[in-house]
Amino acid sequence: MSAVPAVEISSLVKRYGSTAAVDGLSFQVAAGTITAVLGPNGAGKTTTVEICEGFRRPDDGAVRVLGLDPWRDGAALRPRVGVMLQDGAGFYPGARPVELLTHLARLHASPLDVSMLVARLGLESLARGRAPLRRLSGGERQRVALAAALVGRPDLVFLDEPTAGLDPQGRRATWQLLDELRAAGVTVVLTTHLIDEAERLADHVVIIDAGRVLAEGTPQELTSGVSDDVIRFGGPPRLDVGSLRAALPAAATVREVAPGSYEVTAPVDPSLLATLTSWCAAQDILAEGLQVGRRSLEDVYLELIGASAGRTAP
Amino acid sequence: MTAPDPPPVPPPSDASVPPPDDASARPSLFAPAPGAAPVGRMLLAQTLFEVRLLLRNGEQLLLTAAIPVVLLWLLTAAPVFDTGDYERVDFLVPGILALCVMSTAFTSLAISTGYERRYGALKRLAVSPLPRWTLLLAKALTVLVIEAFQVVLVGGLGLALGWRPSGSPLAVAVLLVAGTLAFAGLGLLMAGTLRAEATLAAANLVYLLLLVLGGVVIPLSGFPSGLRTVLELTPAGALADGLRSVLADGAGLPWGSVAVLAAWALAGLTAAARWFRWE
Ligand SMILES: Nc1ncnc2c1ncn2[C@@H]1O[C@H](COP(=O)(O)OP(=O)(O)O)[C@@H](O)[C@H]1O
Ligand SMILES: [Mg+2]
Repeated sequence: MSAVPAVEISSLVKRYGSTAAVDGLSFQVAAGTITAVLGPNGAGKTTTVEICEGFRRPDDGAVRVLGLDPWRDGAALRPRVGVMLQDGAGFYPGARPVELLTHLARLHASPLDVSMLVARLGLESLARGRAPLRRLSGGERQRVALAAALVGRPDLVFLDEPTAGLDPQGRRATWQLLDELRAAGVTVVLTTHLIDEAERLADHVVIIDAGRVLAEGTPQELTSGVSDDVIRFGGPPRLDVGSLRAALPAAATVREVAPGSYEVTAPVDPSLLATLTSWCAAQDILAEGLQVGRRSLEDVYLELIGASAGRTAP
Repeated sequence: MTAPDPPPVPPPSDASVPPPDDASARPSLFAPAPGAAPVGRMLLAQTLFEVRLLLRNGEQLLLTAAIPVVLLWLLTAAPVFDTGDYERVDFLVPGILALCVMSTAFTSLAISTGYERRYGALKRLAVSPLPRWTLLLAKALTVLVIEAFQVVLVGGLGLALGWRPSGSPLAVAVLLVAGTLAFAGLGLLMAGTLRAEATLAAANLVYLLLLVLGGVVIPLSGFPSGLRTVLELTPAGALADGLRSVLADGAGLPWGSVAVLAAWALAGLTAAARWFRWE
């Protein structure tokens, strides 16, 4: 689409009292893509998206959404942006799901047909029932909230933990829906603390913690950036990993990630594997469950979050 | 790796027209077509939506319709309080009308707004195309619509019970609107600052206190004079007194009552605008 980013966040700062919930955060969202903002609880995900939605005012830095300032140009921006609040919040407790969706549709110029939307999201059974929204389960409300974010046919949606509280089928259905949104040309920004969700869905993943970006890129870039491969094997606990380390090429690292469970990170080639197995033979160890694999996004994420926690710990 | 999709490929520029040679392609349901509805339509939709939710809520109907009707009927039939020089029904109808305004513009508005805030409905609307002033206007119209129902209900029952209204309908309308603004400011202040449960409890408590002490069904003349002066300065006391002087005594617009109500309205709405928290 256009070269102008759908969302542009530069050096964003938001403080609550003396602590900074968002602390110099910058990233961009390309139009027509799915971007996952991935981070643990309290990382600043909700604060960041709510600033983009115009709810909260930044203390410093700049945010542009569809080329507009969400705090000042909210009236122009709101019709173009769909929002799903965290925990499926944002409903009239006494309204029924279809009533709420129909009402929100009426606030838009050319909204989706509510019955088609209900069918597409598999909400028919809720739509038939007479239960008001306050009586629905958390997962059911989540799905109504997702429908509510889409009913105005937005250019851009912000989804704050869209699959929290959903069962596995619900999550998968939501993922498929988000793929469909992207195919239709909708830009999607979602937050999640689920690594597999970010990996499965996103064109672009922004890993944040303590209000800062730790890393960003496509899932492929993130998993290949630091080092390529990992070899895992099991053996007796407390092996002398130093001697293995010495036997391997300089780029390799060796860790006992849990007692008796070892991980070698290095560019893996046949000779490295041979070195490893001969070291094991010399130690009279039968390496159990030896596996060669790419580092997963989970490995990268946990490493980054761990390092970040190490820096900020007292 | 597991990411199934190649990098961000922009979609075809017009996703709603499928290429004819691809049988599986459907027009995409979600192709963007953003835009706000005309503001008049949004105002109408929001007002009808809120009226509908209120009319369906049993507790709210108890408060706004059942209690006023039952009180008027019972107290007209049975001589519970001494209504002085007035026919009982002539004394009661203005007081019950004041009660109607209080129940709708204060208690009901505070409780429903408190729960809307607690469940994030107000926050959700804040990111919809509905401008904030339109939401407030829709709430005001909703209150006026419910009050119109109440006036018809209570007035109709009163007439059936032999009520003979006097005075100018315009003066009555001015008092009702001034009373509505006074109560709505206080109701919104409560809803926007307290937790929903606290609002529920406090709004009901104030309702009960003013029902008993606000000159609604019990004449203020029965209270000691010091207390009476204070009670006449409450919004309920001022509204009931003002309505009674027009509808029962046939007086012109009671400026004293209007001034008291206007002062409450100014204070309440200003405080609500200042301290109302949307989430
Ligand atoms: N309104 C607020 N007042 C005070 N602190 C807040 C507020 N909102 C968020 N925070 C704090 O900011 C940090 C980031 O919160 P949040 O953005 O909700 O994180 P996430 O969505 O990633 O879990 C947390 O430490 C949280 O306690
Ligand atoms: Mg959050």
